[in-house]
Amino acid sequence: MARRILPGFPLALGITLVYVSIIVVLPLGALVFKAASLGFEDYWRIVSSPRAVASYRVTALSALGATAFNLVFGMALAWVLVRYRFPGRRFVDALVDLPFALPTAVAGIALTTLFAENGWFGSVLAEICVKVAYTPLGIMVAMAFTSLPFIVRTVQPVLEDLDPALEEAAQTLGGSDRSIFLRVILPLLAPALLAGLSLSFARSLGEFGAIIFIAGNQPMSTEITALLAFIRLEEYDYQAAAAIASVLLITAFLMLAVTNILQARALRYTARG
Amino acid sequence: MKIRLDNVVKTFETFRAVHGVSLEIESGELVALLGPSGSGKTTILRMVAGLEYADAGHIYFGDEDATDIPVRDRGVGFVFQHYALFPHMTVAENIAFGMKVSKVRRDKTAIDARVTELLRLVQLEGLAERFPGQISGGQRQRVALARALAVDPKVLLLDEPFGALDANVRRDLRRWLREIHQELGITTLFVTHDQEEALDLADRVVILDKGQIVQQGTPEEVCRNPASAFVMNFLGDTNRFTAAVSDGVARLGEARIPAPGFDDGPVEIFLRPSDLGWSSSGAGIPATVARVIDRPAGRRILALTTTGEAVELDVAPETQVSAREQGIITIERARVYATG
Amino acid sequence: MNVPTRNRPPRVGDAPAFRRALIGIVLTFVAIVIIAPLAVIGYQAFSQGFAVYAAAISHPDTLHAIGLTVVTALIAVPINTAFGVAAAWAITKFDFWGRRFLLVVIEIPFSISPIVAGVAYLFVYGLQGLFGPALEQADVKILFALPGIVLASMFVTAPFVARELIPLMQAQGRDLEEAATSLGASGWRTFFSVTLPNIRWALLYGVVLCNARVMGEFGAVSVVSGNIRGQTNTLPLHIELLYHDYQTAGAFAAASILALLAVVTLIAKVLLERQGAGRARRRPALAAPVAAPKTASAEISS
Repeated sequence: MARRILPGFPLALGITLVYVSIIVVLPLGALVFKAASLGFEDYWRIVSSPRAVASYRVTALSALGATAFNLVFGMALAWVLVRYRFPGRRFVDALVDLPFALPTAVAGIALTTLFAENGWFGSVLAEICVKVAYTPLGIMVAMAFTSLPFIVRTVQPVLEDLDPALEEAAQTLGGSDRSIFLRVILPLLAPALLAGLSLSFARSLGEFGAIIFIAGNQPMSTEITALLAFIRLEEYDYQAAAAIASVLLITAFLMLAVTNILQARALRYTARG
Repeated sequence: MKIRLDNVVKTFETFRAVHGVSLEIESGELVALLGPSGSGKTTILRMVAGLEYADAGHIYFGDEDATDIPVRDRGVGFVFQHYALFPHMTVAENIAFGMKVSKVRRDKTAIDARVTELLRLVQLEGLAERFPGQISGGQRQRVALARALAVDPKVLLLDEPFGALDANVRRDLRRWLREIHQELGITTLFVTHDQEEALDLADRVVILDKGQIVQQGTPEEVCRNPASAFVMNFLGDTNRFTAAVSDGVARLGEARIPAPGFDDGPVEIFLRPSDLGWSSSGAGIPATVARVIDRPAGRRILALTTTGEAVELDVAPETQVSAREQGIITIERARVYATG
Repeated sequence: MNVPTRNRPPRVGDAPAFRRALIGIVLTFVAIVIIAPLAVIGYQAFSQGFAVYAAAISHPDTLHAIGLTVVTALIAVPINTAFGVAAAWAITKFDFWGRRFLLVVIEIPFSISPIVAGVAYLFVYGLQGLFGPALEQADVKILFALPGIVLASMFVTAPFVARELIPLMQAQGRDLEEAATSLGASGWRTFFSVTLPNIRWALLYGVVLCNARVMGEFGAVSVVSGNIRGQTNTLPLHIELLYHDYQTAGAFAAASILALLAVVTLIAKVLLERQGAGRARRRPALAAPVAAPKTASAEISS
């Protein structure tokens, strides 16, 4: 190991390790320990109970829907912000981060009020017989709101830095707008899109605050997994809470791993041969 | 395909990049646009390609007015300064791109065959499946050329084609590009700021300054007969003097330089280091040697004239000369320009 | 001869009809998705007049919730900042075994549901947990009290400062600090007069975002706080309580304070970004255009 030239290594690393251990590792370890102490059969019974499975279903499907919406809208928003000049562009650019800055509980009551049957949007949608609040659609709306900035903010810098000569080269070679977008621009955005997608999806899976207000929280239909863990706690069923929380934890780690693999694949062309 | 530019003008914001340039490039000719940065040479190239629109004037491809033809339909092959290879496509996919997106449908075997043929032409047969990030700069350059040639362009345009390469690679590629041009006979226009590159490679050199053509001609014409002080200066090292003309003769120290056709009055005299000599006597400029620099091809003397002007001159390698020596700078050739 | 002045040839997507349509659609959605929620908060907060709003804000329970939220931030944010600086210093100025792994661990809280974090803390400090019984005997209250709220807040915001500093300090390298040290400066002196001036905007940026998250955290805090009205209710929890009590005006009045905090945060963010903050993270290596949870580690490994 190279000699350390700068001072402060023991102190800085010491603080870091103590903090990470107490704040991050210890609680997660305790959760895993608690879930593991259940024994496989009990664990499986809890995590595969119909109510739990229904919660996975609604959580995962809503997260998929929200992420799909964000893929299209986030990509369009990033494109508009980078490629076009129009009045109010900087204002919109700043507003994109609102879902990150706005506390989730605040977002939750605001969205619920908007989409309730007597709300600004809910009343309009009621006329075409679409119910959002207290349905899975509402979960999707809350998820889409809270994870909206991810795709915009991962795609935007890459789009800004895209070498204009690549597009020009494709034009001189006779490419139409459509084929240049599909064959050149989109593949170059793909790693960033994937990163944004997985962040957006992971955030949607774990979101709690914004959803519980709008979801209706009916077991088997509009109860998300995070809420189920919370309910088990309130029922003093700590083992079930631990087991269900561990499912969320494992999913989060799986998402991280999958993201890294997908990104490595998408970026394989940057590997030096 | 013959290319003709007729009084083309281009202004960016407030900066006028190209002032009324007219230029003809014969079919099959290899022409260099040579000039310092900001001279408008790249803008002209991009207007020919359709990557910029001319504000005024016309560009003809053969007899057809191409001014308003969009870039994708113009049928040019363009090699970008930094190649602009698609980083996510292999070498073969890069070369095939133009054929795949073309309105003319080609089947896969035809495309593959053409890619193989082009890879052979640019001598990169083994690298078809590599990504651009995995090959050297010179190889990328050749892929860029193959990609541009794949769509059978009417004209080949290259923007500083060797600018980003090492000196050795540059010399090899230059010779190789010349060979390819001879083989294909495609009308080619390239941009460079390197006079050696332009003179080495081109049939004809077009020299630009501040958005205007200052001279065009064969390498011989522009070298032997630079039209202005700017061209003289730009094409190689020079020593510049001011002198006065009287009766068609300019005097520089003891030397008499014929200046036929110049009115009496001040002129600028340009002397190439290789057009000067060093002698102990004779009619010339008295000077003192300040320093001697040895180079493979000869010796360069840095001398100070008695009037305090610094002069550089090249002499044969065996010339015996050392610092602080006094002598005479003799003049074999000189060019006289009106004071600008 | 007279050719009208044209500007640049169209780039992909520059066809006027397409351009206008896309801008129109996107702005409509921005209005629906982003602006409307903000507007409805203000509308609802003042729907029954200013007097009701003022009364709701000045209700003792609301004031207590505001106070608890501020105290939590005053404790959690500085500690978090110190940790972020220490972690960035250790990770970017030194090479050591396990550096990449440490980076991954620091980023973990980003990927984890706040509910999971809250539940996890129960199993450390709760009666069912590792230290619960011992804490009970010693009569130390962590859960359902301020310490638990602070700890949970620190978990969810652990990466905030570190992830702003690490990419930036990585990009800046070690030359300046090494030069200062070779000139005889002490470690603290080097940090305060050489490192800090170069990272101050990024540091402040991280602090602003960290603060916004601490003050707004809901899920993790709602598990560990016990929701005791007038005692362990932070502002977001208080909003939930009022909302479920059908005190809509009161809930939105409290929400308007947090919405204002969000707007102030956004403004601070824009101002700090003008100073160059936030860029190192958003623009990672050229070869790898990814701003992912692993951005920092990807940069370090390259």
